[in-house]
Amino acid sequence: MPRPAKASPIRVLIAKPGLDGHDRGAKVVARALRDAGMEVIYAGLRQTPEDIVSAAIEEDVDLIGLSCLSGAHMALFPRVLALLRLQKVKDVPVFAGGIIPDEDARKLKKLGVRAVFGPGTSLEEIVTTARAIARRAQ
Amino acid sequence: MTRRGSVPATPGARAVLNGDRRALARLITRVEGRDPSVVPTLRSLYPRTGRARVVGLTGPLGVGKSSLINALLQHLRAEGHQVAVVAVDPTSPFSGGSVLGDRIRLDRRADDTGVFIRSMASRGHSGGVAAATREVVRLLDAAGFDVVLVETVGSGQVDVEIRDIASTSIVVLVPHLGDEVQTLKAGLFEIADVFCVNKGDLPGAESASRDLLELAGLGPGREGWRPKVVTTSARDGTGIAPLWAAVNAHETYLDSDGRRAAGERRRLGHELVELVRERVARDLEERLDSDVEVGTLLDQLATRAIDPYVAAERLFATLRADPTGPKE
Ligand code: B12
Ligand SMILES: Nc1nc2c(ncn2[C@@H]2O[C@H](COP(=O)(O)OP(=O)(O)OP(=O)(O)O)[C@@H](O)[C@H]2O)c(=O)[nH]1
Ligand SMILES: [Mg+2]
Repeated sequence: MPRPAKASPIRVLIAKPGLDGHDRGAKVVARALRDAGMEVIYAGLRQTPEDIVSAAIEEDVDLIGLSCLSGAHMALFPRVLALLRLQKVKDVPVFAGGIIPDEDARKLKKLGVRAVFGPGTSLEEIVTTARAIARRAQ
Repeated sequence: MTRRGSVPATPGARAVLNGDRRALARLITRVEGRDPSVVPTLRSLYPRTGRARVVGLTGPLGVGKSSLINALLQHLRAEGHQVAVVAVDPTSPFSGGSVLGDRIRLDRRADDTGVFIRSMASRGHSGGVAAATREVVRLLDAAGFDVVLVETVGSGQVDVEIRDIASTSIVVLVPHLGDEVQTLKAGLFEIADVFCVNKGDLPGAESASRDLLELAGLGPGREGWRPKVVTTSARDGTGIAPLWAAVNAHETYLDSDGRRAAGERRRLGHELVELVRERVARDLEERLDSDVEVGTLLDQLATRAIDPYVAAERLFATLRADPTGPKE
């Protein structure tokens, strides 16, 4: 087996938990991460927290990105974190974005979400953060 | 009982054999990253492979390959199969990144351990799969999945390399693909064991499958097998059972007259050549910078004292004479 030409790309799972149909932001973020050289597994809409965690395990991702604009983030994001702990996935960070009030963002960060981004965040900032917090940071 | 040449199971290999999904996923990542430290694990798993049916799905962009895999997944799970899916998507030549979107189409219960889905980027490899796809399929085989479905990139070109990985290949087309079929035609029959005309719920499916049947009848048929033509709709589930029956018919055909063994031998031959090629290339590239002998050859080449063809012959001769012998 030949040695790798260069380090393997960071693998990121981008998923939308729950019934929220606003997928523009998730797609924009997925493309930005791709353009930054990452491999983005786009799981799409209507994912249960269970779906997200099992996809993260099978795909062996270095980072999980959750997007939610419907207001259900406080019901869904903590459940993803809890399931990750239950499955003993301790080294895969989670970040998120969407319509998330500041107060909720603070609570989510306390629970372990590494970063939360709202409307109008520059894609550059998202990419920089992804690189910094991914399991295999590059 | 240890077989001759068998290698003690590494901790990674044991974890995979025990059904540890995270260990399997991490091993796949290392194989994809061409991490040489994974070789002992691959070696110890090799005797456990060769049992899975490996079925390729190839065809132009958006014809419904992932949707068909989803429909097949449900069908195969109901039949009690353990099914793994490897879905390959292209890597952007500009950024080196990719969006792997095939998973969107795949519905499965999160707690169903009889299914394992892995997305792969092509990472610059041409031919419709990634350089590591074959080895990843083999890992899934060792892990006990008895059917492995492989979705190729779907570039619009014929993804020929699936022939070196799958025992049965399905070429997926859709109605009104007239021109595209014309351009694909040359390669199509090299690959297709089964033609699937998907989106059969749309008008034109019947004439498309008639055309294909005619084409399939005209061709010589690869090794005496005439490709089957099946019309499906991944949307409403029509034709999925017949599609799998066509795959089985081909697999049964392979089991007659030693064809499976011959096909396996041919695939292993390609793999062996590829491994040696990689090994030799790596060796030579290292020697390019450090080896005195090679340095002399390069000097002579630069001053036109010898030509590249003679230099290549001399370099090759040093390889053949390498006294270090085979390494375990
Ligand atoms: C476009 C839009 C729609 C489109 C969606 C099209 C689509 N396919 O996405 C349509 C018309 C379908 C729609 C429908 C509805 N909408 Co609407 N919609 C919007 C709108 C105007 C813009 C959203 C958008 O696309 N922005 C552009 C993208 C690029 O930005 P973004 O998603 O915010 O993403 C950025 C960041 O948030 C962050 N980010 C987002 N996700 C992620 C993920 C990660 C991992 C990271 C790191 C970052 C990140 O990065 C992105 C780049 O900066 C917003 C208002 C607003 N200004 O946000 C309302 C809004 C989201 N909609 C709203 C509502 C209520 C609805 C409906 C329920 C309306 C109705 N009664 O029918 C439906 C529900 C649809 C459904 N099935 O869920 C509300 C939600 C209220 C709430 N959360 O409390 C909003 C906030 C409007 C409002 N002010 O009331 N909507
Ligand atoms: N009408 C109809 N649409 C279908 C059928 N199968 C798939 N589609 C639609 O075709 C589109 C592409 O389907 P995919 O399954 O993603 O196709 P694919 O070949 O995997 O696509 P790539 O991986 O991008 O090459 C989606 O919008 C599907 O809903 C079908 O049988 N009938
Ligand atoms: Mg697909």
